[in-house]
Amino acid sequence: MMTIDLILFLILAVVAIATALGMLVSRNAVYSALFLVLNFATVAVFYLLLGAPFIALTQVTVYAGAIMVLFLFVIMLLGTDELPERKVLNWQKPMAIFLALVLMAEGVYLIFIQKSASGLINNAPGADFGSPQAIGDMLFNKYLLPFEVTSILLLVAMVGAIVLTGNMKGGQS
Amino acid sequence: MDSALFWEIFFKSLILILVLLTGFAYTTYYERRTLARIQSRVGPNRAGPFGLLQPIADAVKLIFKEELIPGQAFKAVFILAPILTVVPAILITATVPWGGTVMIGERAVKLGVADINVGVLYIMSVASIAVYGVVLAGWSSNNKYAMMGGLRSTAQMISYELALGLSFVAVILLANSMKMTEIVEAQRGLPFFLLQPVGMIVFFFATLAELNRGPFDMPEAEQEISAGYNVEYSGMKFALFMMAEYTKMISISAITATIFFGGYLGPGVDAYPWLGPIYMFVKIFLILFMMIWVRASWPRIRYDRLMALGWKIMLPLSLALVFTTAIGILLADLFGGMWLWLIPVFSLISGAVAVQAINLSLRRKAYAR
Repeated sequence: MMTIDLILFLILAVVAIATALGMLVSRNAVYSALFLVLNFATVAVFYLLLGAPFIALTQVTVYAGAIMVLFLFVIMLLGTDELPERKVLNWQKPMAIFLALVLMAEGVYLIFIQKSASGLINNAPGADFGSPQAIGDMLFNKYLLPFEVTSILLLVAMVGAIVLTGNMKGGQS
Repeated sequence: MDSALFWEIFFKSLILILVLLTGFAYTTYYERRTLARIQSRVGPNRAGPFGLLQPIADAVKLIFKEELIPGQAFKAVFILAPILTVVPAILITATVPWGGTVMIGERAVKLGVADINVGVLYIMSVASIAVYGVVLAGWSSNNKYAMMGGLRSTAQMISYELALGLSFVAVILLANSMKMTEIVEAQRGLPFFLLQPVGMIVFFFATLAELNRGPFDMPEAEQEISAGYNVEYSGMKFALFMMAEYTKMISISAITATIFFGGYLGPGVDAYPWLGPIYMFVKIFLILFMMIWVRASWPRIRYDRLMALGWKIMLPLSLALVFTTAIGILLADLFGGMWLWLIPVFSLISGAVAVQAINLSLRRKAYAR
């Protein structure tokens, strides 16, 4: 059973990395968005592997189903399908390589040298961990305040977008 | 997983797919005959007895037609789009239970492919993926009319998805579960369309908009922008879009039957579990008739009014329904089961308010003119 999980994980990891790279490399904005959708779907399957079907399906509904469709909308409406020729930002590439190396070093240090991550992995959650009831219980009892604050934050962002784009009838231009 | 379970799931999926694919062909026949009867025509009656072979003749015609791919189209996405439309239409029925548990030989078999604990959410997520087929078909045709049509019907689908999801929430609250079989079993006393009548109506219209069917059939508005996202498609690819539409009609009818009309429940179903699929079939047949009837009798709604209806009427209404359902359940928990009857009362009141709001807004527009 463990080996099947491992094989599935490896295949999914390759797909996830390939789609992420495809999104970065692709010169057509719509193809980039599609690669990102595929990446989100792969992440959803990761959640399924981890025994969290609720989060997996929420990931598909919210990210792949709603947010990315809006991204596609904006790309299509603005007509920026094809990116112009690459403008080189000189400092960007060395900076990115440096930061990636730092992240990798940190990961290697934590997993192989300090072994603190293995303690986290061994703390396996119960079988009921990912069920809708358990998540609802957590969300509305333990994390009620962050949940409400997040919803207000989203509401404020939405109202802000409407105010910025709506035509002002108060006379100010 | 033992191999017997694997084969059981395999054959159940196979049978479900075969039933859906035959069913879609005969749904077109059913629709054409019913429309013809409503419009005092005869309808297809030449191929075979009563025209029963007509779907096969249509399929053969579409297979042998030439398929054009426009030179300027984005070819890979152009081919992908119809597939992305059909696959979710078939996948979405996976969590629908078709009956209770039956005995086949020694083995107790549940009628239904996958009864997962997030069944309703699964339906929502597959439905939200289905949007991609439409938007990509419109974009990849590289044609202004196709693109505008695709954007238009995608905007419509996203807008009505909100009302759809919220009317699911009312059902989840009533059943206290996201599992489809538990939703069905919760309706053993009385089906949810009696407890939440307006919720059922909101759900029905939201699904009509999701399906792009009349009176929300923007993609078929030939008078406006030729046809919509599928202008450039021909032959079998066009047939795939049609197939997706009719398969989705069956799937959505099955889901509506399950969450509002008690699914496979009916008189005598406990003694004879094989009656379950038959009850399902009858319910699906009646809901399909409702869809065809609506298409035959109502004119297409104008696009700006469609969006206004979705955002200003359906969304607040379904939010109010969720709110009042929760209040009703809370009161029933505190003071006893009789308070549950507050839910249909609240539901009907909010429905009446919504109808009055539509009425007022229409009257205001008439004055302005």
